[in-house]
Parts: sequence; C-alpha cells; structure tokens
Amino acid sequence: MNNNSIKSIIDLSSDLRWKIGDDFYDGLAEGIYADASKIASRSVSTENQNKRFGIDSKIDKIVTSKTWGFPIMFLILGVILWLTIIGANYPSAMLSQLLLDTIHPFLKGLATSISMPWWLDGFLIDGVYLAAAWVIAVMLPPMAIFFPLFTLLEDFGYLPRVAFNLDYLFKKSGAHGKQALTMSMGFGCNAAGVVATRIIDSPRERLIAIITNNFSLCNGRWPTQILIATIFIGAVVPSSFSGLASLSAVIGIAVLGLFFMFFTSWALSKTVLKGEVSTFNLELPPYRPPRFWKTIYTSLIDRTMIVLWRAILFAAPAGAVIWLISNIYIGNESIASWTINSLDSFGFLLGLNGIILLAYIVAIPANEIVIPTILMLTVLTNGIVGGQGAGVMFELDSANAMGDILRAGGWTLLTAINLMLFSLLHNPCSTTIYTIYKETKSVKWTTVASILPVIMGFVITFLVAQVWRLF
Amino acid sequence: MEKKGNSACDTCVHFNAKGLKKLGVNIDNFDFVVALAGNPNTGKSTVFNALTGLRQHTGNWPGKTVTRAEGAFEYNSQKFKLVDLPGTYSLLSTSQDEEVARNFILFGKPDVTVIVVDASRLERNLNLVLQILEITDKAVLCLNLMDEAKRNNIKINERTLARDLGIPVVPTSARFSEGIPNLIQTINEVATGKIICKPHQIKNVPKNIEDAVKTLSIAIKKEFPTITNSRWIAFRLLEGDTHIIDALKKRTLV
Repeated sequence: MNNNSIKSIIDLSSDLRWKIGDDFYDGLAEGIYADASKIASRSVSTENQNKRFGIDSKIDKIVTSKTWGFPIMFLILGVILWLTIIGANYPSAMLSQLLLDTIHPFLKGLATSISMPWWLDGFLIDGVYLAAAWVIAVMLPPMAIFFPLFTLLEDFGYLPRVAFNLDYLFKKSGAHGKQALTMSMGFGCNAAGVVATRIIDSPRERLIAIITNNFSLCNGRWPTQILIATIFIGAVVPSSFSGLASLSAVIGIAVLGLFFMFFTSWALSKTVLKGEVSTFNLELPPYRPPRFWKTIYTSLIDRTMIVLWRAILFAAPAGAVIWLISNIYIGNESIASWTINSLDSFGFLLGLNGIILLAYIVAIPANEIVIPTILMLTVLTNGIVGGQGAGVMFELDSANAMGDILRAGGWTLLTAINLMLFSLLHNPCSTTIYTIYKETKSVKWTTVASILPVIMGFVITFLVAQVWRLF
Repeated sequence: MEKKGNSACDTCVHFNAKGLKKLGVNIDNFDFVVALAGNPNTGKSTVFNALTGLRQHTGNWPGKTVTRAEGAFEYNSQKFKLVDLPGTYSLLSTSQDEEVARNFILFGKPDVTVIVVDASRLERNLNLVLQILEITDKAVLCLNLMDEAKRNNIKINERTLARDLGIPVVPTSARFSEGIPNLIQTINEVATGKIICKPHQIKNVPKNIEDAVKTLSIAIKKEFPTITNSRWIAFRLLEGDTHIIDALKKRTLV
C-alpha cells in the first residue's frame, strides 16, 4: 500500500489510453447502446403504437412551427396575464378592505386604549404591520392566479417547446439554447433562474445566462407592471379597451426584456465572453395532462405562500425603515424628504422622481415592496389628504384611488412608462445577487450582473424622457 | 434477485404500506442512504415526493432538478435517507448536474440506488442504467410512468428485464401513487441484503478497450482488494477523469 503503486496504476492507465487512442469514448458508448438495445428488445413489446405519439407530434408541429410558434407563445402568455389582471382586482379590493380598513384602525384603537407610546405604535402598526398588510393585499391575488396557471403549463410540458422555439435566437446571440429554460424559470424568480443555469455545461454560456437572467420579469415585478399598466396605460384609451391596452403594455415590457436579454447575450459573447456556441440535445417530453387540483394545491402552497412569506419577511423591516426615515429629523427635514429632494433632479432627468429612486433603494431586498413604498412616500412628501401622518402606509381600496394619489404626486404617463421600464431594468434583488455570487464565486461577475442592468435602466429611461419631452 | 413474494399479501397495498412512515426533511440518524437517479423527466422528483411526503417542485421539462434534494422515510422501524439526484442522460460527460449525480453514486456510496426510468422509453433510458450498474451493485429499477406506457400500448416483461439487468424491477406510476408500496419494500430488501443483486456488466465493448479495462482492473483490484467497481474505475481512468485520479491518490474510493 504505497503511493508508488497508485502512481503505477495511473501511469498504466495513461499508457493504455495512448494505445486505444481517440476511439475510447465512442467505443464505450457504442458498447453501451448495443447492450441497451439488446436488453430492451428482449423485454419490450409494442403493438399498434404511435397513436399517442401521433397526437404529441401533431401538437408539436403546430406549437413549434415557424409560422405559429411565436404567435401561440404570446397568445398563451397573454391569456395567463389577462386572467391575472382581470381576476386579481376583486380579491385585492377585499383584502385591502379587511387588512387596511378594518384591522388597521382596530389595532390603532387597541394601541390607544393600552396607551402605547406614539413611537412604538407608529413603528409597529404604521410601519411593520402596514407594510406587511400592503404586500399581502397587492401581491397575493396576482400570485395566486399567475403561479398555478404557469405551473399547469409547466406540467403539461410546454416549456421545452418554448426553448425549442427560442433556440435559434439564442444561437444567433451566441448563447446556449438551454438558456430558454433558465429564462423561463426567471419569470418565476431570478434567484431560481440563476441556480437553474447549472444545466448549461459550458462556463462561458452559463455566465451569459446568469448575467442576463435578470431581464426575465420576476414575480416580484409582475404585480408592479400589472398595477401601473392598469392605472396609467389603461386610462389613456376608452374604457372598453383599457384591459387590452394594459395587457399589451405588460406583454410589451416582457418582450422588451427578451430583447434586452438577447442583445446583452450577443454583446457579451462578442466582447468579454467570446467563444463557440455549444450544441446540445433537447428532449421534447411527451405532453402529460396535468393533475389539475393537485397542481393548483401545490403551487398555491409551495410557490405562492413561500414567495409571499419572503415578501412579508422583507417588507416588515422595510416598513420599519420607512417609518424611521420619515420620522427622524435632521434639522427641519426628515431623512426621507431630504433624500427624496436630493434625488429629485436626477430622477427628473430619467423621467422618474426622487421617491421612485428612494423606493428602489429601500426595496433592494425585495422588488415586491416597491409600489407600497412609493405610495407611502408620495403621500408623505406631498401632504395629500388621506394619509395618516408621517411614515404611514395608508389604505387604498382600489386601483383608481392609487392612481389619484400618484397623479396628485405629479405623476404623468411618462412617469408610469419609465417606472415600468426601470422595473424591468434595474439591479437584481439582494437574494439574487447573493445567489449569483454563490454560483459564480466571483466578485467581478456578481458586480457586472448587478450594475449592468441599472446602467441600462438609467440610459433607457433617460433617452425615453428626453424624446418624450421633445414633443 | 427477482422480486420475491408470491402470496397475495405481498402485493396488497395495505400490507406493504403498513410499516411506512413519511418523515419529510427529518433526516437524523438514518440507517440507510437511498439515491434516486435517472434520466431527466422520468418523474424522479414525483417518486421522491411519494416516498417522503415532501413537495419537491416537479415539472414536465428536462433539467428541473439541478441540486440534490434530501428527505427521509421510515419503513419497518428503519430510517432511510433519500437523495434526489439531478436527472442525467449519462455519467460520461462533464456538466455540473451530471457531476453531482456521478460523484454522489460513486463517493456517497448509497446503500441502494433507485434508478427511475421512463417505461415508454426504456431503451434510451437503459444507457444510464447500464452505466450506474457498473458503479454499484445495490440497485432497484423503478419502471415509472407505467400509465403512459400503457396508453402507448407498450408492454414490458418485468421478469425478463430483471433477469437481464440482474436487479429487481418495480413498475410504478408515481403520479398516481401506484406501485410505491412495492418499491419501498424492494428498497428495504436490497438495503438489508435480502435481495442480492448481480448487476449486468457492459458486454459489447470493442476488444482493445475490453483488454485495457481488464488489465487496469486487475491492477486496481490488487491495490484495493475491497473495491467492487474496479471496471468502472478503469473506464474513468481511461477517460482521464481527474476526480477519479485525485480520489485514487487520496484513497477515498474505498
């Protein structure tokens, strides 16, 4: 038992490898296939097969066809978003009625009756509780509709077909075709999408997939897009078309995200991440009728609740922070209004405002709380009637009321469009940044993946604002 | 080697499931480690969920599981830790998910490896099965998606298959929890040594390669007399797998 004999084994293997030459891998693989075929032929028998297979391939011919592949893809995405937008309104209104109009005053009353000090009452009930309640009212309904629908699609077997359709575009942009799958995961959660890039063999293409995953709108950002589109885009067309208009706006942003993903992939693969595109086999699995109720149940419990819980975990402390920065004064100004004022001129250049920029700083841990934060800060700095004092996220029972608040805060159609653009193009949330670091083990690439989208966001919103103001 | 048990009780769901306790993520003090391997999209995660009572996310697309998921179940008061490995078509290449699977089967030394295959695509799935059988001699073939095979009018003679592969074969439709009790019982029997497997060895290898493998295999056995998969080590050495060379140097293979 000594190291010499180990060395002799390794030497022997190198010698033998030389003797066999290049044929080793092929020879072994052929041997395995020959065995597999023999064993299978002995135990498998099929009779008048291909009936089912025929249906599958007929569906595939349509959903992956050159003419119909893309329209069907957008149609399916459109239907899912449509159901989400339309369906989420009612439960949202009910939830805010319950959590914000009923329970919040009740808690306030309770605090008064036990004579809780104003700062503790404010910090806990107006800060922590309201932030959490807001997130539930705004986030839960769209997620509870969007996730089960998406999961049904996934169980049915449609995702690999999407990958198949997009493969050509990925190849053109110098990226791996499997990036279509990680991109789809990113539509749920970017952190999950980044982890999913492990299916990509080549380190170069994997890095591209990681850096560009943020261009998939994640579930923290869908509700932002849907809300803002409903309030502002839907309002500029006659009311019978408003649903369609806001739907198109949201799909437009998602498609724009795809465009930026391809563009960035292409730019990276032509510059810092040069290399050949690797080939791969993509299996189109058989279509499987989803187990409807089971899927609904598990996606509600696993995806919706987990994501919601995460949002609340981040929203509660963020609510506390908002309350604190609105109530701690330096001189005559609270920290919040001081920050907003100093960010305002930069925000104006981008067609946004200081509030939105501050909200995006507060919301780095979770994109979900951007809208609640914006609303709260808007009310705070503009002294709009309806607010309940500094740092209080107050109740709003409908999207219209929300729109009134924002318009009173100086919002225009441009602000809304640029917010939607900025929501697509900004840094990933802190969970995703951490995941990128864990997967790449590189500070450099983590920084690139975090900073690159913000810069693109600044440039794009700046350009849009300047062009808009010309007319 | 063949599934035993001819009495009506053995195939009865109630009998088999009686000793089963799903333990979820409670994986302390286990007696046996069970690995779940197989091609992508054969329902490994569904089998995993059926055994552990967990709700590992499942989806109909290849490459869904990229990390190891772990869970546990108890059967006849023995605790089994179950590891859901990423789906792979083969163990011969270098992507990260394949490496996770390969290294776990080789270095993790599971007490039983359950190979989940798609019954309606058996021949293609056997490619991976044959590779795994070179590494480990304690394996169970889980012939999953039997419902789909049935719909496609595909019939599989499980006895012939079990005899040819030298490991027990259990047909299941994990989506509908069919065959799971039988699977648990078979896992238990392989783990406790009631069933001794005589796994198939890859036969149709070209002669020059086979000779080289033999020479190398003898040398390895001489150095590590307890090693059971010297042929696989030889395959990997001929491929130039640096993990294996390192493991040889550090003697972590035995």
